[in-house]
Amino acid sequence: MDEKDLLLLHLLEENSQITTQELAVMVGVEEEEAGGRIRRMEESRIIRKYTTIIDWERAGNGEVSAIIELKVNPERDFGYDRIAERIARFRQVRSVRLITGIYDIQLVVTGRSMGEIARFVSEQIAPMDRIRETATHIIMKSYKENGHIFFERGEPERLPYSL
Amino acid sequence: MRDFISTRAHAIPHSGIRKFFDLIETMDGVISLGVGEPDFMTPWNISEASIYSIEQGSTSYTSNKGTPQLRTAISDYLSSRFGLDYHPEDEIIITSGVSEAQDIAIRAVVDPGDEVLVAEPCYVAYGPCITLAGGVPVPVPCTERDEFRVTADALTERITPRTKAIILNFPNNPTGGVMGRSDYEAIADVIVDRDLLLISDEVYAELTYEGSHFAAATLDALRDRTITLNGFSKAFAMTGWRIGYLCAPPELCDAALKIHQYVMLCAPVMGQAAAYQALRNAEADKDNMVREYRMRRNLFVRGLNRVGLPCHLPSGAFYAFPSIKDTGMTDFEFSEALLKEQRVAVVPGSVFGESGAGHIRCSYAVSRENLKTALSRIEEFMSDIK
Repeated sequence: MDEKDLLLLHLLEENSQITTQELAVMVGVEEEEAGGRIRRMEESRIIRKYTTIIDWERAGNGEVSAIIELKVNPERDFGYDRIAERIARFRQVRSVRLITGIYDIQLVVTGRSMGEIARFVSEQIAPMDRIRETATHIIMKSYKENGHIFFERGEPERLPYSL
Repeated sequence: MRDFISTRAHAIPHSGIRKFFDLIETMDGVISLGVGEPDFMTPWNISEASIYSIEQGSTSYTSNKGTPQLRTAISDYLSSRFGLDYHPEDEIIITSGVSEAQDIAIRAVVDPGDEVLVAEPCYVAYGPCITLAGGVPVPVPCTERDEFRVTADALTERITPRTKAIILNFPNNPTGGVMGRSDYEAIADVIVDRDLLLISDEVYAELTYEGSHFAAATLDALRDRTITLNGFSKAFAMTGWRIGYLCAPPELCDAALKIHQYVMLCAPVMGQAAAYQALRNAEADKDNMVREYRMRRNLFVRGLNRVGLPCHLPSGAFYAFPSIKDTGMTDFEFSEALLKEQRVAVVPGSVFGESGAGHIRCSYAVSRENLKTALSRIEEFMSDIK
């Protein structure tokens, strides 16, 4: 990993559909080298996946999401890893993070309705061994996801010339 | 009625691109590469800090020199970033943009009849400010062959007994050229020998893409005979805030301060609050912007060379300065035709002095999308005129 690899990652994170040719010019390497660097980062799983940021609210698929915080008793030898990995296997769980503070693990969960999320938390998550407490926060609106702002903002006017 | 306009006001020209302004007003869908300012909005934490300061009632005059808080932050920043050593108490003045800083610097040192060397092509304001101070601007051409650096020979050739100072601006608007330590060492002897003062406008210092910026006043030989100018506009996307600063040894600084206090009193307080926040918490924003400019530069300059406009890779600022000599047109003709036929606005190089003739200035502080569209329009233009 060097400066050029990091640049490639920044550019791809911003737009995964950018062409290799364009990446190469901007980073200042030959196209072949850019391709090789990307392949190596894919193979070493630095690049995990190429995906899309979607404003689901606008798409109107009716799904709801919630942030679930968990207090968890860690396991001897394994800490939080085994339980976190177990939780991560649920399709409903979009992200799992170990955090500092009052709670230990934070999830983002998606479901077709609040009812579905409530059932999922109370029937699948809360009863798991080692989970002492849960707190569920329904997400009401997303203003920004993955560094991308969802609300519209007019472009400020610029002068066509200045010296 | 007699002519009320002063001889000096008569003597300074209008900006060379006024007719382009008029032309562009009548057109739709123009992509402008004519703008000398970042296309980014000021990082939000900077704006937010200023809004908060207004809410707190911080809306009055500050000390003439600027708030002690900001001067101290600038002193620390210049020291850690560029190795410059300026004391916040008596060697730094916060100004309303670098525009004011260069004006008061010039007025603090120029007497009527004094000649001031100006490395050209250069920002359009130096000459008129010298004229307004009663001085005589003397251009020192910098050529493409020297990657637009100023050389000792070019300097020496133009020095007369009336020469008092020299104005440099590196990284340079409009060429994107930079000067390193050895380049300054090469001219320092001449400057010291002929007992000249150096006014070094380093407002593009942060926008340096190969290696790091070299500040003129870090050379011991130059330190006590240099006025360093810098500001927040370019590095932090803060053009509209109008915050710059002048740094100089106490005596020079005090002379400039007298002028500043009569003509400006102080720089806007909300701008100073914003600038303070910029130095405290916007390094990452600045670095991200610089990274983006560097990539755009690569994209754009390669494109220019590909479509037949030879262009050296500029090491600083956010301008490409390609030669259009092969087209057989003058830079004014080229710029006007490009605007009319392909709706791409650029600035003719001779606006920046005679030595800029045959070039155009293209700002790449423009989104990548627009740069690409501009390039394909320029390509079409080039094939049309063949």
